[in-house]
Amino acid sequence: MKEAVVSQVTENTDLKTMTLMDVKGILKAEVFVGDDRLETTVTAGTGSDLMSDMLRVPKTGVVLLSGLNTVQVVRTSVIAGVAAVVVVRGKRPTPDMVAQALEHGLPLMSTPFTMFTACGRLFSRGLRGVERKKEERSTVSVKAGP
Amino acid sequence: MSQLTKSFTILARDFSRAGEVSIQVQGTLKKIGYDQDIIRRASICAYESELNVVMYGQGGHLHLTVGPDEIVLDVVDQGPGIENIELAMEEGYSTAPAEYQEMGFGAGMGLPNIKRNSDSLEIVSEKGKGTHLRIGFKVR
Repeated sequence: MKEAVVSQVTENTDLKTMTLMDVKGILKAEVFVGDDRLETTVTAGTGSDLMSDMLRVPKTGVVLLSGLNTVQVVRTSVIAGVAAVVVVRGKRPTPDMVAQALEHGLPLMSTPFTMFTACGRLFSRGLRGVERKKEERSTVSVKAGP
Repeated sequence: MSQLTKSFTILARDFSRAGEVSIQVQGTLKKIGYDQDIIRRASICAYESELNVVMYGQGGHLHLTVGPDEIVLDVVDQGPGIENIELAMEEGYSTAPAEYQEMGFGAGMGLPNIKRNSDSLEIVSEKGKGTHLRIGFKVR
C-alpha cells in the first residue's frame, strides 16, 4: 500500500508542463476569456496578490493564481508576459478585467479553490514554481539633485 | 534604424488607466521587432516607473527613445522627490498608504525591480521638485 502511493507521487511529478485545459480541469475552473486557447502550454505556476512580486523577472509562459480581482492583475500580467490568470476563491472577474483580457488575448479563469489549495493541486500534478537565481543587471548612479 | 522618441503623459492617481502607457510602450517595441527578453524587461521597468508616477509623482511623462544599440526610458515627474533613495532601493521598503497596498502595489519593489530588469539606471531626485529616472537597455 505504502509503495503504491510513493510510485504514484513519482509518476505525477514527472509532468513539468501542462496545458490550460489541464489547469481548467485540475482547478475545476470557469473560463471567462480564452476558451479557444486552452491548448496553450504553461511551464510554471506562481501565486501572488502583490503585483510587484510578479514583476521581479519576466513571467513568460507562467500561469498566475491571484486573490486580487482587479484590472491591475490583467495589466500586470500583460506586462510580465503571463500565459493565463486564474482568480481564486470563486471570485468573478469584473467586466473591465474581462474587456482588458479580451483586448490583450490573455486567458482568464476563476477557480472555487483557495490560493493554498489551488497551488497545491497544480503542484501535486507536477507543475513547479518560478524559482531561479538571477543576478542584478544594473549599476545604479544616484544623484540627489543640485 | 535611426533614433526615435515617443512621449506619453501619465496622470496622477488615475488607477483605472495606470499601466496603459506601459502597454503602449510594449506595443511600440513589439512593432519595431526587438527580441522578447528586452521587450519584457523594458515593459516591466516602464510599468513600475509609471505606477510610481501615478502613486507618488503627482503625474508626469514617460519618454521612450529607441535606437539600434539602446532603448532608453526617461520617466519624469514633478512630485515630492524620493526622500531617501538608498532606502527606496531596498526590497520591501515602502512609504505606500494602505489603499495602494490593497490594489497589490506599494510593496517596496518598484525601484529594485527596475534595477533588476534594466542594464543601467540613473536616478535624479530633488526634494520638492521631482524625480527623473533614466533607464537603459542594451540591444544585443
